[in-house]
Amino acid sequence: MRKQLTIALAGNPNSGKTSIFNNLTGARQHVGNWPGVTVEKKEGTCKHNGYDIKVVDLPGTYSLTAYSMEEVVARDFVIKEKPDVVVDIVDASNLQRNLYLTTQFKELGAKVVIALNMSDVAEKSGLNIDVKMMSQLLGAPVVPTVGNKNQGMKDLLDAVVKTGENKNRFGGHPIGYGKEVDPEIEKIQRIISEDSNLVSKYSPKWLAVKLLEGDSEVIKVAEASPVWQETQLAVRKCQNYIKGHIGEDAETLIADQRYGFIAGLTAETVQRPELERLSISDKIDKVITNRVLGLPIFLLFMYALLKFTFSGSEFMVGWFEGFFEWLGGAAAAVIPVGIFQSFIVDGIIGGVGGVLGFFPLVLFLFLGIAILEDSGYIARGAFVMDKIMHAFGLHGKSFLPLLIGMGCTVPALMASRTLESRKDRLITMLVNGFIICGAKVPIYALFIGAFFFKSGATVFFLFYVIGIAFAVVMAKLFRVFLLPGEAAPFVMELPPYRVPTIKGILIHMWERGWMYLRKAGTIIVAVAVLIWIGFTFPQEPKYSRDYEAMTAQIEENYTHQVAPIAAGFGTEVERIEESEVFIKFLDVDTNFSAAVGEAELEEDSEEYAALEKEREVSFEKLKEIYPEQAGFYAQYKTLTSAKDEQLAEIENAMAAEQMERSYAGRVGHAIAPFFKPLGFDWRSSIALLAGFAAKEVVVATYGTLYSMGETDPEAAGPLRQAIQKDPLWTPLKALTFMIFCLLYIPCFVATVVFHKEAGSWGWTGFMVLYTTALAWVASFIVYQGGMLLGLG
Amino acid sequence: MAKLSDLAPKTKGKIVKVKGRDAIHRRLLDMGAVSGTQFEVEKKAPLGDPIQIKIMGYHLSLRKYEAETIVVTEANEEL
Repeated sequence: MRKQLTIALAGNPNSGKTSIFNNLTGARQHVGNWPGVTVEKKEGTCKHNGYDIKVVDLPGTYSLTAYSMEEVVARDFVIKEKPDVVVDIVDASNLQRNLYLTTQFKELGAKVVIALNMSDVAEKSGLNIDVKMMSQLLGAPVVPTVGNKNQGMKDLLDAVVKTGENKNRFGGHPIGYGKEVDPEIEKIQRIISEDSNLVSKYSPKWLAVKLLEGDSEVIKVAEASPVWQETQLAVRKCQNYIKGHIGEDAETLIADQRYGFIAGLTAETVQRPELERLSISDKIDKVITNRVLGLPIFLLFMYALLKFTFSGSEFMVGWFEGFFEWLGGAAAAVIPVGIFQSFIVDGIIGGVGGVLGFFPLVLFLFLGIAILEDSGYIARGAFVMDKIMHAFGLHGKSFLPLLIGMGCTVPALMASRTLESRKDRLITMLVNGFIICGAKVPIYALFIGAFFFKSGATVFFLFYVIGIAFAVVMAKLFRVFLLPGEAAPFVMELPPYRVPTIKGILIHMWERGWMYLRKAGTIIVAVAVLIWIGFTFPQEPKYSRDYEAMTAQIEENYTHQVAPIAAGFGTEVERIEESEVFIKFLDVDTNFSAAVGEAELEEDSEEYAALEKEREVSFEKLKEIYPEQAGFYAQYKTLTSAKDEQLAEIENAMAAEQMERSYAGRVGHAIAPFFKPLGFDWRSSIALLAGFAAKEVVVATYGTLYSMGETDPEAAGPLRQAIQKDPLWTPLKALTFMIFCLLYIPCFVATVVFHKEAGSWGWTGFMVLYTTALAWVASFIVYQGGMLLGLG
Repeated sequence: MAKLSDLAPKTKGKIVKVKGRDAIHRRLLDMGAVSGTQFEVEKKAPLGDPIQIKIMGYHLSLRKYEAETIVVTEANEEL
């Protein structure tokens, strides 16, 4: 059996931890959650020197306090799971602050290997680091690495395996907290050590220091100990001593001493250049967050991002559409006509195709955001926007989830995790649904196209703005009335600008895109099937009219009328297409249709006119030879097209009635009274209900309702015309419908994710209710107000 | 002695202490705002808040009311 090793990757945010994790594990990654909290947990595996190494990526943190979930998760993993080695990734160009975390792992009693990452950047900026000396002083192997260039990984793993095999704990010099305080800490250690159960889990030194700091989680653990009273006494004494003799609180003193230790260490191991040059990153920053240019540049980037998303994805949206069209056609060709074909083609392929149709759009947005993120701009965006966001009760960092929300609310809700305060997170999540997501775009495309075509782009943009306005106003209301209190700190690192790596961006983009895709793979298939069943069954309900008899009547009349014409060709109705003369006439039209179809001509094109002319000439020629039959043929054509039209009308009416009497239709009728004051009929009711499952389905449902068969939400031309012509729709109703769609519950998957992230039924219930109530009230005001103004 | 929030951009100085005993206090300590640390106020955000300082070789942003809790000495006061 191969030997096993578990290692934990730790380090500050922006230390290049992610690229090292990707280098080590490649595609062998698994993303999940840490138990009990909504902090992402990534695991992977790699092999080295006969070892199977499990790599656990700890959240990126600056410290190991009890103030943030990430930090608690990171330290609990090291304490409870006892990984063989903690690989601490340290940004070599930002040593002091990065080593602060290292000192804490040291106190925790972990076996540490230090990856001195981005050592090339440090070297370039003139830093000269004595790696050997640093190793000795820290008592841990220090390995220079360049994560984004995949350098130093072998050395790193060599050191990991060596450290893992070596049973020694972290050596080196322990941090001193001063001549006066050290003996006190030792005293506390001795008292705690009497509880052998406790010190079998925790390092006594770490417990002592944490208790002095007043760490709430550690106090909770220690309170259960039989020696708690004694310990507490010693801790209080020590804290008072520090306050009295040094004039600081213990927490400050400990941080001071840690940084003091690091200052000593770097003084001995790092040679700095005489003159610090302004780095390229600093020069860029001077422009990008400039007092005057900062905001315009932010707006420019946002505009560029949206432009990139919508224009850039166009070609790929076309591919996806084409593919699903082809797939639907292929399936229809293979599977015999019937209920099963309808199930596969309309139900599954149609449903999933509707979602995947927007996948490129979402993917491009996430690609753009990944580029902004990995280059270091997102933190600057938060810096520039914080004043505005803060005024509305949000946090500067809230702008990222809101931005992602334009793609898909699901990853947007998950991105709210970057907010440290639960209140900030909740508020950001509660208003995120008002941002028009990719799945809602076709709804606006359909109704704006049908009723506001002339100023389409403006109206569309206006809806984005209305959505954002609702988001910020509601955020402010929540902050004032629902979740008042101090905002979370904006103490945030502005990382150096970096040229992002392609691999990094692609992984980043894919992680979010995958969330959207998973939705298509699971919930949407189920919903598509459900909706298909709802509309398809019962198959033959009791109709209000006898459609079959009507069809038979039309056929009979037709036969009756065509009989004299057939006689004119010297044959009977059934055999008219066998008549040679008739075929000659028919060929003229058939050839014309074939030519038009083959060249895919538009009716108003010149080529079309030319072909039409040609047809007339051929017809005239035939007319000269068969003057009598030409008249008959013209009559035949008129009669046939009239009959076909009548039959189609009946078929549509029957389909529409079937739909109205289907299960879904009955549900639509049942909930219609709720929507009646907003001007919506049963069809809109059912479309909106389907929209709760997934917003993509709204347009597809209308497609089914208007008997358009399968409707591709991106190219809903015929549906647009049908809605335009339907007297039930008015511009005011369309406007009301769009307002309702803007505000009401995000889709089912988003609601589930919201529940997971918020962690309480209360908040989930509140979100569902308030969004629906808000949508109803706003739509009511728009519709009834519009009616009063006579716009109906 | 002054508060960090009082300083104009381009001012350099040393941190004396961080007041308070809450999450902000702790975060500032962890980010290196301990006594004796040198810093430079780099800029204000376009709308005046937050501010950006350089400390321990990296850039840190913080809101004005957070900067109010940091007691500092200006570099020229030491001269």
